[in-house]
Amino acid sequence: MSIALAHALNQSLRDAMVADEKVVLLGEDIGTLGGVFRVTENLKTEFGAERVVSTPLGEAGIVGSAIGLAMAGYRPVCEIQFDGFAFPAMNQIVTQLAKYHHRSEGRVLLPVVIRIPFGGAIGAIEHHSESPEAYFAHTAGLRVAIPSNAGEAYDLLGQAIRSDDPVIFLEPKRSYWLKGEMHDPAPMSMDLARIARPGNDLTLVAYGALVPIAEQAAITLAEEGRSVEVIDLRSISPLDDATVVESVRRTGRLVIAHEASRSGGIGGELATRVQEQAFYSLEAPILRVTGYDTPYPASRLEHDWLPNLDRLLEACDQSFSH
Amino acid sequence: MVNSDVTNTPWSVLDPEGSLREDARVLSNDDGLDLRAALRDMLMARRIDTEAIALQRQGELGLWPSLLGQEAAQVGAGSAVRPRDVVFPTYREHAVAWCRGVDPVQLLGLFRGTTMGGWDPTERNFQLYTLVIGAQTLHAVGYAMGIVRDGDVGTGDPSRDRAVLVFLGDGALSQGETNEALVWAAAQNLPIVFFCQNNQWAISTPFETQSRVPAAQRAQGFGFEGVRVDGNDVVATHTVVAEALTKARSGGGPTLIEAVTYRRNPHTTSDDDLRYREREENSRWEALDPIERLRSYLMSEAAPDEVRIDETHLEALADEEAQLAERLRSGCRQLPVPDPADPFTHTLSKITRELELQRDEHLAFVQAEPAPLTEGAAQ
Repeated sequence: MSIALAHALNQSLRDAMVADEKVVLLGEDIGTLGGVFRVTENLKTEFGAERVVSTPLGEAGIVGSAIGLAMAGYRPVCEIQFDGFAFPAMNQIVTQLAKYHHRSEGRVLLPVVIRIPFGGAIGAIEHHSESPEAYFAHTAGLRVAIPSNAGEAYDLLGQAIRSDDPVIFLEPKRSYWLKGEMHDPAPMSMDLARIARPGNDLTLVAYGALVPIAEQAAITLAEEGRSVEVIDLRSISPLDDATVVESVRRTGRLVIAHEASRSGGIGGELATRVQEQAFYSLEAPILRVTGYDTPYPASRLEHDWLPNLDRLLEACDQSFSH
Repeated sequence: MVNSDVTNTPWSVLDPEGSLREDARVLSNDDGLDLRAALRDMLMARRIDTEAIALQRQGELGLWPSLLGQEAAQVGAGSAVRPRDVVFPTYREHAVAWCRGVDPVQLLGLFRGTTMGGWDPTERNFQLYTLVIGAQTLHAVGYAMGIVRDGDVGTGDPSRDRAVLVFLGDGALSQGETNEALVWAAAQNLPIVFFCQNNQWAISTPFETQSRVPAAQRAQGFGFEGVRVDGNDVVATHTVVAEALTKARSGGGPTLIEAVTYRRNPHTTSDDDLRYREREENSRWEALDPIERLRSYLMSEAAPDEVRIDETHLEALADEEAQLAERLRSGCRQLPVPDPADPFTHTLSKITRELELQRDEHLAFVQAEPAPLTEGAAQ
């Protein structure tokens, strides 16, 4: 069955709420409106206002109260309306949520999921197109999962809610209405990267909204006789470098793509791990195709600022030139 | 409630000389205060504080935030809590921890550097200390939301109904998160009591910098009741907290209590308070000592026979204090140093592959025998 990514998330939330009555949703406008992206559509009608809580406007309040609910035995799933609005909640996420399990010497688990629509290419105004994933990946005590299509969205969100750890769940907002197939009933572990398209000549790593573009690049390069393996990371913390290293040992070439700014990004971390483990397999320098180290630009500039098909193809060509 | 005029003198029962005020009204039902127990709790809490400061001076603790002067506020509140209620402390609620039955030796670990926590927060419904000012107010709100969803509020069954008591200081009144917590508590009419110990100073920042009105007056703007009480009067403090908790458990919603008191020691053992306040101010508050006030009353003719105490009683308390002090001194030194692997084990519910690699790298370094010095290196 082919459904939109947003609908897959909606179904995943519904199924999680049916399976576990301790699952409670919190967020701004998520009740009667169904959220600004409609991901929680109809859930308040189905489960009631006690379990689908339209909160006062305060992101710290959403995450902070979710921590308290988790201490009381609930499994809160928060919605932050847009990526740029995660920052008022950063204190609660970094100093409280991420650290409590450690502070309690393993006694207390905080199974909180924070859903955040992220990424650009939707022609939005300021603070609505950002990619803050590296902040979360840099914070010990959090998991960071990122689906790339409808099937992944359903599976990963279900696993995130069942996880006993705090999970930052980043939803590629430009892909919300992208249709895809639902997965088979035995999903991959949330911790593992997925080979989205096998290949032998170059490894192209992406996550979120860039995975379908990376697949398109692989199709284009196949027409030129290049066999590109596309890896969808799915989780950037933990980061499944083993799958990437195994791939690079076969292909000898690695290009990493993300929308987030380059410096201090996930690409740098992954590149370091690959060169540590597969240095002598590399035929070319590891290349990154990323957003730049600028504030996110005005939307009329975003098409060329973001990694796109042409920029991915150029990087692959550059790798093959070695 | 006892005091709706939040702008005037804080409500009290015992005056600073330990005499009952003429209009005094003390709870006599199940929530009444055991006055002898209150005296003992305050004395023991002060002894914990004194010993911890001494341990810090001896290098056994890295830091200690003293509660001196706030014993009545904390014991008054801590003794009003029932076992099923849940307490969210700041980092100075040593007397509340004592009232909840937390082993005081466990309070030392955080300040000795043997743990980031120290006790099981679920065992006595006393959460871990929170160092980020005001952050715990939101956790308390969330916990109260859980109580509502559990159906444990307003049932009328005293063995079931429960509430949350969250501690904050005057500095926390300025934090955005505290204000979000007050908004949320009001919007959802949650079973929660915000207990603000206004000890007049947030390190060097005086209360006037935080607020132009008494803390309790803030509650009105959020849409619920504020109460201003003499925080150096354990009887008055207990009474208002017990009433506010009763209201919360019954579904009557939140209360903000301002306990007016004074932090007589520096912010922590690392602070130097004479750089920002006069010694005379401290002396004025020392004259309002919360323990002396109750002791005077209990030893006076005004005290009813069943609670009146004499010198023998005080000597017994002094003996108990000495035993507690000895237990703290030896217990502190015996606090186990964590295993170097523990941070890796407790970062997530299950250790990840990357963390296993980093743990093994770390342990190999920690456990390696130091390389013997060669003759050349020795020179």
